[in-house]
Amino acid sequence: MYYFLRLNRSVDERLGNLYRQGKVVGGLYSSLGQEGISVATAYALEKQDVLGPMIRNLGATLVRGFKPRDLFCQYMARSSGPSGGRDCNLHFGDLNRGVMACISMLGALIPVMAGIALSSTLRGEDRVALTYIGDGGTRVGDFHEGLNFAAVKDLPLVVIVENNQFAYSTPVTSQMKNTRISDFAQAYGIFGTTIDGNDVLEVYNTTRAAVARARQGAGPALIECNTFRMRGHAEHDDAKYVPPELLEFWKKKDPILRFERYLFNNGIMTQAEQQTIIDRITRELDADVAFAESSPLPVPAPCGTALPGVYAD
Amino acid sequence: MATTTYLEAIRQGLWEEMERDPDVFLMGEDIGSYGGAFKVTAGMLEHFGEKRVIDTPISEEAIVGAGIGAAVMGMRPVLEMQFMDFIACAFNQIVNYAAKMHFRWGQAVPLVIRGPSGGGVHGGPYHSQNPEAYFAHTPGLKVVQPATAYDAKGLIKAAIRDNNPVIFLEHKFLYRRIKEEIPEGDYVVPLGVARVAREGKHLSIITYGAMLYVALDAAKQLEHEEIDVEVIDLRTLSPLDEDCILNSVKKTNKIILLHEDTRTLGLGAELASIISEKAFEYLDGPLIRITAPDSPVPYSPPLEEAYLPGVGQVMDAARRLAAY
Ligand SMILES: Cc1ncc(C[n+]2csc(CCOP(=O)(O)OP(=O)(O)O)c2C)c(N)n1
Repeated sequence: MYYFLRLNRSVDERLGNLYRQGKVVGGLYSSLGQEGISVATAYALEKQDVLGPMIRNLGATLVRGFKPRDLFCQYMARSSGPSGGRDCNLHFGDLNRGVMACISMLGALIPVMAGIALSSTLRGEDRVALTYIGDGGTRVGDFHEGLNFAAVKDLPLVVIVENNQFAYSTPVTSQMKNTRISDFAQAYGIFGTTIDGNDVLEVYNTTRAAVARARQGAGPALIECNTFRMRGHAEHDDAKYVPPELLEFWKKKDPILRFERYLFNNGIMTQAEQQTIIDRITRELDADVAFAESSPLPVPAPCGTALPGVYAD
Repeated sequence: MATTTYLEAIRQGLWEEMERDPDVFLMGEDIGSYGGAFKVTAGMLEHFGEKRVIDTPISEEAIVGAGIGAAVMGMRPVLEMQFMDFIACAFNQIVNYAAKMHFRWGQAVPLVIRGPSGGGVHGGPYHSQNPEAYFAHTPGLKVVQPATAYDAKGLIKAAIRDNNPVIFLEHKFLYRRIKEEIPEGDYVVPLGVARVAREGKHLSIITYGAMLYVALDAAKQLEHEEIDVEVIDLRTLSPLDEDCILNSVKKTNKIILLHEDTRTLGLGAELASIISEKAFEYLDGPLIRITAPDSPVPYSPPLEEAYLPGVGQVMDAARRLAAY
């Protein structure tokens, strides 16, 4: 798990460099400070489960088997990226890896993930669906319809709310009166809890338990992870509206450093082992960035014609 | 006269309407102290205060629904979609509530829904769409897309003063690329009136939005080939200015219909029907549509470039048509 946490952060850093070099074609959405949520929740799933990442859940796609080169190619709009240059950022999926692609419209993924859970129930499978949403995204009607649907049908759906306090420039207090988002679980009659999203082990244990309950037929769960968005909405945004003391406060709660301390203090990882992991990541990312940079851009369809694949065969 | 961007022209139009009419107010996501994702409303919260520049939760259906409620009480809400792609989230309120209100019980809904649409900025499938056809197809709505800074200001004012729900599509590619001298102070460009953007006698290109510049560019290059092209900028997409369109047909007898939206059942299809119904005997050649192909907008630059109609395509079609 430590490898994936570090990998997530390092991929983010490399993407930041590529962005500043003008090599990322569109916007770049950082997951800095929220890596623990993506990685630990993805770790709590089994192979047959389906995960629906949103745009900051880079780490979750890595745990599900996507490679850093997939992300570099995707952001750089190369043909060898998972969407072949057709869509941007984390907008890709592969159900063989149990990853459902999101769309930009916030909230829209929740009912769809409920449908994935529904298929599991209808076919008598033991598949659990897990997805993410931001604090701001929970104000879209789809979130509520999807959650209620899953609730009344007792579907195996786990929804992770990443309450990172800001939605673009809007603080969570301007999005909602009751900022304890897990309270909605009670309203819909499902399991809900609020946890420290920067505590990797707490996120893992809580998610693991919710996934197990869902798998046994006990219905959906809503897990609110308190955390903080450490960069702007996207890299173009200097986030001047975020009070610096909040950033300072949350910097001390960095999930990766905390997990590192835990691993050291409990003799689970040595400094030398850590260095080995970091060196391995550096090597892998050097190679993957080089791969992406030398990957070709996609070839367009002849003038005036659509690219193939708008319809299924 | 002052040099003004397309974006600044919209901002000025909003500002002046807010000054003129206390019932005008703005509502949308991140439009207040942040000034909107593209800064169209920058500085407006500071000047007009929180009661008139209202930040909302991320709830498009509620933004439009609440806008409708305020509008029937006589206010004039101007609602921002952070990107026009997200207007899909409010489709029900727009097409079922706002659009049908006056027909059902005579109640006007003076409402503007505005925001950035269109491609060319590598936004991918969800930050590049042109949603005009859905709304032009819905009776009860008006649909507007300015191409120039002059029209952007004049049309936003007309839209705010109109007693109907108006979908006001701003082309994000033009926001900062178009700079023009425009008059200071109040003027209105009426809805439903197209404009001859360039006079010509051999053939006409009927277009709107960012494609105006593709048409003008092609027209300029075709001068060297002795093809004299007229360009019509529709400005309002619903209701269409049939007089302006048909006059141009009668004048040049050859028509290219150019738009950035996808092809099937796009504006071009409607324009072709109108022309063949009402001016068939004036036509000296086929009606040629140049549009984006029927696919989502791709992200990668070479894909998007090939996807968007280009000057070369327009010139080829013009040569073909001129030969008739
Ligand atoms: C339905 C919808 N409306 C507006 C947007 C534009 N938008 C993109 S991200 C964002 C803020 C999201 O905030 P939050 O859900 O809290 O997630 P975070 O960015 O903090 O991870 C907004 C308003 C959108 N993507 N979808």
